[in-house]
Amino acid sequence: MEFLSKFPQMDDALLRDLKKSIDESFRGFTRAYGDGIESFFEPLRLFLVYAEQFMTRTPWIVIFLLIMAIAWFGSRNWKIVVGAAATLLLIGYFGMWDDTMKTISMIFVCTVISIALGIPLGIAMSRWNRVQSVVNPILDVMQTMPSFVYLIPVVMLLGIGKVPGLIAVVIYAMPPIIRLTNLGIRLVDADMLEAADAFGSNGWQRLSKVQLPLALPTIMAGINQTIMMALAMVVIASMIGVQGLGQPVLRAISNQYFTLGMFNGFAIVGIAIIFDRVSQAFGKRLQKHTEVVHG
Amino acid sequence: MAEPIGIQIRNLYKIFGNDAASLIDKVRTGTTKTELNDKYGAVLGLNNINMDMAAGRIQVIMGLSGSGKSTLIRHINRLIDPTAGEVLVGGEDVVKMSPEALREFRRHKTAMVFQKFALLPNRNVLENTGYGLEVQGIPREKRIETSMRWIERVGLKGFEKKYPNQLSGGMQQRVGLARALSNDAPILLMDEAFSALDPLIRVDMQSVLLDLQKEIRKTVVFITHDLDEALRLGDSIAILRDGEIIQQGTSQDIVLKPADAYIANFVREVNRGRVIHVEAAMSPLVADTALPSGSVTEGTSLDDAMKHLVASGADRLTVTDAQNRPLGLLDSATIVAALVGI
Repeated sequence: MEFLSKFPQMDDALLRDLKKSIDESFRGFTRAYGDGIESFFEPLRLFLVYAEQFMTRTPWIVIFLLIMAIAWFGSRNWKIVVGAAATLLLIGYFGMWDDTMKTISMIFVCTVISIALGIPLGIAMSRWNRVQSVVNPILDVMQTMPSFVYLIPVVMLLGIGKVPGLIAVVIYAMPPIIRLTNLGIRLVDADMLEAADAFGSNGWQRLSKVQLPLALPTIMAGINQTIMMALAMVVIASMIGVQGLGQPVLRAISNQYFTLGMFNGFAIVGIAIIFDRVSQAFGKRLQKHTEVVHG
Repeated sequence: MAEPIGIQIRNLYKIFGNDAASLIDKVRTGTTKTELNDKYGAVLGLNNINMDMAAGRIQVIMGLSGSGKSTLIRHINRLIDPTAGEVLVGGEDVVKMSPEALREFRRHKTAMVFQKFALLPNRNVLENTGYGLEVQGIPREKRIETSMRWIERVGLKGFEKKYPNQLSGGMQQRVGLARALSNDAPILLMDEAFSALDPLIRVDMQSVLLDLQKEIRKTVVFITHDLDEALRLGDSIAILRDGEIIQQGTSQDIVLKPADAYIANFVREVNRGRVIHVEAAMSPLVADTALPSGSVTEGTSLDDAMKHLVASGADRLTVTDAQNRPLGLLDSATIVAALVGI
């Protein structure tokens, strides 16, 4: 009867040995290749450092005007620009300017890398069904695996710091841009592709002149989602040494500083709303010609 | 202007479905469309099509939906690959072309106009018109110059900065036409190009095409499900049903000698006065009698002849050829007989 009441699991000693041998072999791998992998990511670390130095060492008024200019050229909407200005001024007034700049530089680098990797991968997925069937389950894992779990091997390999934080954020934030690039290209009207073929477009012309421009509004929605998810990872990334708005929150949790937690939390919400409104307004401006005016 | 070239289609078959190649022999030996579908789950799209499309003329292919007409036109620029057969354009077989040769062929020899326009929504009229030239790698200034010329020619001057969603259907299709004409390809493929338009705009666009054709002399392949449109535009008409050609000929042949009951049924709804020419209705000359002074040349429609008859107040007209030689006689009784089809 024991067979029915207790799940017939693997022998305890065997299970312990299995875990131990995997751990040990990974530790061995880390020891052997850790330095090599670290130097492989060195350019990335420099990129992060330069971005952060630019955001924190430039006089605040220059950065402020730069963000306003981006908000205006992205949205062409005064309300959004005024809202963004008010939010940033409040954040600065409450003493969170430096942390906010560090977070924005991190989000910027993560978004750039997610786009640089995600769009080509999305294009490949839309082009070959086989790639899609391989990549889709990987994306499912990336989106549902608790981030703490993949923080462990990343920290073991690269230690604590900016680069492992960046990798964790990118793993979490990249799936939407990949998925929506794939979807956007697959949704392009077959009539348009037929027209492109009928005029003798080659593969590159078909992609660059027809598929990507028509998929761009969907791709923009993916970029927006990627930025939002990157921001959501800021607190978790701070656990492995990423500086910015996440660290005060982490401190607030461990010491029960209610106000500190709230202020920094709202600062994250504030910049999330700025990014969201500007990128959505930009995405909307891209699609203005696809709306049907005539019946 | 590119020299017009003719198109010959030889023994063309298209079977949709898996394993089409192995079914081709069964179709050749007489398996029907229904049998093929029931036994093998394959659809016979085109069955032994043979056509000669004359250079510089308008060839209309008419049929109802499902007759295979859109499949047929897509074989000319090989948007669809045939199961068997040849498509000869200027003596070269399109079916045997390599991908590179096919791309060059599509860039320089054919241009296409689509039923649903297929304009790029993110490009304005000027950029849409220049698409074909852009693909060919023509420099920007040259592209704009050519595009502007054709935009003007189809009556859209002043609209070149507008986007497709700001234009009506008729105007969008003018852009589609301008885009195709900018390519300066000798073959113009029009797939139900005017079917999505309102009836009045459709007639308007037919006039635009006929007007242009006098000057550009392209080999036009025009697909339609509308017999009136076919009769108005076609120098030659082929009628397609269930993937087979059931009649080929001029509008006169189709209206006066329908090949079977199916076509006769269509033709019954046609305004015969506008289609039938006087020479088909006239009675022979009677020797030793004076010819009526009023005359019409051959090729005039019965409608126009009637107007002439009423306006002149005479009771008979002489039908003459282009050199003004008498061919026959026409009076109201012979006209009415031709109109009602006896």
